[in-house]
Amino acid sequence: MSEAATVQTPIHHEAAIEPVQSPLTPDSMGKLGMWLFLAADAMTFGAAIAAYGALRIGNLNWPVPSTILGIPSTAVMTFILICSSVTMVEALSAIRRDDQAGYRKFLALTILGGLAFLGLQAREWTHLILTEGLSIKTSLFSATFFILTGFHGCHVFGGVVYLSVLLLRGLAGKITAARYGLVEVAGLYWHFVDLVWILIFTFVYLI
Amino acid sequence: MAVSPSMAHGHVEPNYIAIWIYLAVLTVLELIVAYAPIPKAAMVGLLVGLAWAKAALVAMYFMHLRFERRTLAIIALTPVMLVTFLTFMLVPDLSTRIYARHHMGEVVKMEHALSKDVSGPNPNVNP
Repeated sequence: MSEAATVQTPIHHEAAIEPVQSPLTPDSMGKLGMWLFLAADAMTFGAAIAAYGALRIGNLNWPVPSTILGIPSTAVMTFILICSSVTMVEALSAIRRDDQAGYRKFLALTILGGLAFLGLQAREWTHLILTEGLSIKTSLFSATFFILTGFHGCHVFGGVVYLSVLLLRGLAGKITAARYGLVEVAGLYWHFVDLVWILIFTFVYLI
Repeated sequence: MAVSPSMAHGHVEPNYIAIWIYLAVLTVLELIVAYAPIPKAAMVGLLVGLAWAKAALVAMYFMHLRFERRTLAIIALTPVMLVTFLTFMLVPDLSTRIYARHHMGEVVKMEHALSKDVSGPNPNVNP
């Protein structure tokens, strides 16, 4: 198998398409790259959620989540993240029309949504750790809870940093309608984080 | 500047506010289902269905999968399929756990009988 591959490589190399003729434009290449990253990231989340499900089904003493976790405040967090997805698509829509002011406004609102989410999550964690005395070592419930929501929180934080860089570059006038692809790719990441939260909210909090 | 294929494809703009309202309504429905006095199995089924409906709305309209080439949809569905397989691969483990749960009393008795020192409390017994 590997021999055949090494023999074939030079032939393929000669027949390779020149980079100029590649069907992938810089924009579509960025988009494809982000989708591949998201597919890999989804596997990580998927494995973590599947493991959580297996541990939960196999455990007799699993508590009812709503007796420990605050559902109303988490529902607000879910709603904030959904709203930030809407402002994100509006930011993309604005930069496509080369509406710089609109782009900055909606991107700033998206970042604010992310920060509000992180603030509420920090408040929730503080309550659980200091008042309820939960830690990652307390039980399988707390371990899976902190790992799943913590891993997702890291993604939100990463998204806030990512979008802040785009906002700063926008303020410097570097993002124009011709470069809307940068915003679109960042939006894909942001919506993915929203999508994963929708699933975590259901599996970890509601069920 | 030449119009790139992705631009030509992605220029359809869905009504984002409508999607936002759908997502908000589905979230409220989820909360209603979560607190409704219905059997656990029905509740879990409904909640999972509602969550996937919301996830599909986000992927199709916010992430524009509906207006993209099919290749991207295939890339996006790959982890969904793989995670489904992964979940089914956990079934043997789950079934042994559930079996052990149902027969816990017998297992504990057997362990008790097998161990030579039966004087101390069995750590496997839940108080």
